[in-house]
Amino acid sequence: MNLTLKVWRQKNPDDHGRIETYEAKDIPEECSFLEMLDIVNERIITEGGDPIHFDHDCREGICGTCSLTINGIPHSKERGITACQVHMRKFRDGDTIWIEPFRARAFPIVRDLVVDRTAFDRIIAAGGYISVRTGSAQDANALPVSKDDADASFDAAACIGCGACVAACKNASAMLFVGAKASHLNHLPQGQPEKDRRVLAMVRQMDAEGFGNCTNQYECEAVCPKSISADVIAKLNRDYAIAVAKEATTAS
Amino acid sequence: MIKGNYKMNPLGKAILQFWRSSIGRKIVVALTGVLLVLFLFGHVAGNLLIFQGREAMNSYAQFLHEMLHGQGVWIARIGLLVAFVLHIWATISLTRENKEARNARYACDNTVQASRSSRIMIWSGLTVLAFVIFHIFHFTIRVDPDLANLPDTAYAAENPGESRHDVYAMVIKGFQNPLVVLFYIVGITLLCSHLSHGVASLFQTLGLRSRKTSGFETKLSWAVAIALWIGFLSIPFAVMVGALKNKPGGGHAEVAPPSGAPVAIADIHEG
Ligand code: HEM
Ligand code: FES
Repeated sequence: MNLTLKVWRQKNPDDHGRIETYEAKDIPEECSFLEMLDIVNERIITEGGDPIHFDHDCREGICGTCSLTINGIPHSKERGITACQVHMRKFRDGDTIWIEPFRARAFPIVRDLVVDRTAFDRIIAAGGYISVRTGSAQDANALPVSKDDADASFDAAACIGCGACVAACKNASAMLFVGAKASHLNHLPQGQPEKDRRVLAMVRQMDAEGFGNCTNQYECEAVCPKSISADVIAKLNRDYAIAVAKEATTAS
Repeated sequence: MIKGNYKMNPLGKAILQFWRSSIGRKIVVALTGVLLVLFLFGHVAGNLLIFQGREAMNSYAQFLHEMLHGQGVWIARIGLLVAFVLHIWATISLTRENKEARNARYACDNTVQASRSSRIMIWSGLTVLAFVIFHIFHFTIRVDPDLANLPDTAYAAENPGESRHDVYAMVIKGFQNPLVVLFYIVGITLLCSHLSHGVASLFQTLGLRSRKTSGFETKLSWAVAIALWIGFLSIPFAVMVGALKNKPGGGHAEVAPPSGAPVAIADIHEG
């Protein structure tokens, strides 16, 4: 199949960047989206040009590294998958495809389609963990967890931290990510002792990183490759309100 | 803002931190939104008394002004003003942060499921603000002398020595102007657009929504928006089609206005 690609090219973080057009000819229908870019890049290199830089690692939808906005939608319009799982058979011969980076002030562009998502790491470092005394493993049934909590926690834990939620949000808000990471622990008994501290620290780090505010439009859950529900955002709002109230009343 | 190392009262610090946080300000928007929506329901219910006639409408207005020895209306006004100011302040600051957070636009911009109403919240809100300011000058402060000097003559005849404003006549007279009606329609329509997203949204902000209940919240949001739209706009509509007319007396005997009061009702009979 023959395609026209409109790709964001940007030499470095200070470069203004621009859309450039590439003709991608004779692309096999059965290849993946990233393989299509590999083919285009090989041709660019053969012609002595600078290949299109993009992030990828596992190429099977589990690591959260790939980060392409395809035709204005992070990970493409296909629901519940990452960009690396998109196949060219989803496009038609002659299509024009726009490929842009995940856009957010908190995700500065490193080069072309590669963005710096270390803001997420700093949010996790602020509170997305539990402190436990390691040692021999506990008896499996020593800590009962209700089925509802186990399910909710597991659904939230599916987050691979790709940042598509931020890229899709009209306000570049990180609430789905932070909600998922906080809910994952806040639903479980192991997460309880540090729950309030966790929520406050993660939300404050999120704000400090320059992400926007949630306006409840749910673009995030629509593009999430793990289909994480905005329920985690409602829970984050609830947990935050409780934590703030406790902090205000117990502060000395 | 407050800088430096001096020791701040912990409660004050917590409130300041709450206000500065994204979720904190959103909760303020949601809570003030609830208050404003409840006010709107009270307001529309009161307004609809106009269909019961002059006596019902004017007595209701009189009751509002005399409630708690005339202090009730001020308590309500101050409460509403505080809620309104907090709502606007918080939403403007949130909106500005949001524009900054998405500092570069997509060359190919796309939307999957965000409703149009949800995307114009700041514009529907600012139109409502303009409308509210106009509305207060129009019907509350009554800068137009034709609307200000309308004594309820029937009431004055029955209660010698007393007087009250003829709100019934004022509303009907106010809606004679097509430009006023047009602004009213635009303002209320955008208010209802605001609420078609806002009501469902506040449940999420307050942490009360989930995937299981989201259908209910969406329906409630639309029900609120449509009910208020019909309620508020039924009045100018009824005036335009002539269903509401300013017939003198409204069932009471026609009486001459007290001497000295400008005659303001006469000129809109059937006109
Ligand atoms: C009677 C007047 C008003 C009512 C009843 C009302 C109601 C609401 C409600 C219920 C929400 C949803 C809160 C949430 O998402 O949790 C909201 C959001 C919002 N309001 Fe209003 N509002 C009014 C006036 C205004 C005005 C004058 C502005 C002008 C700046 C405004 C701007 C906004 C914005 C921008 C949002 C979205 C905030 C966000 O989602 O982050 N509103 N409003
Ligand atoms: S490359 Fe690992 S999820 Fe796409």
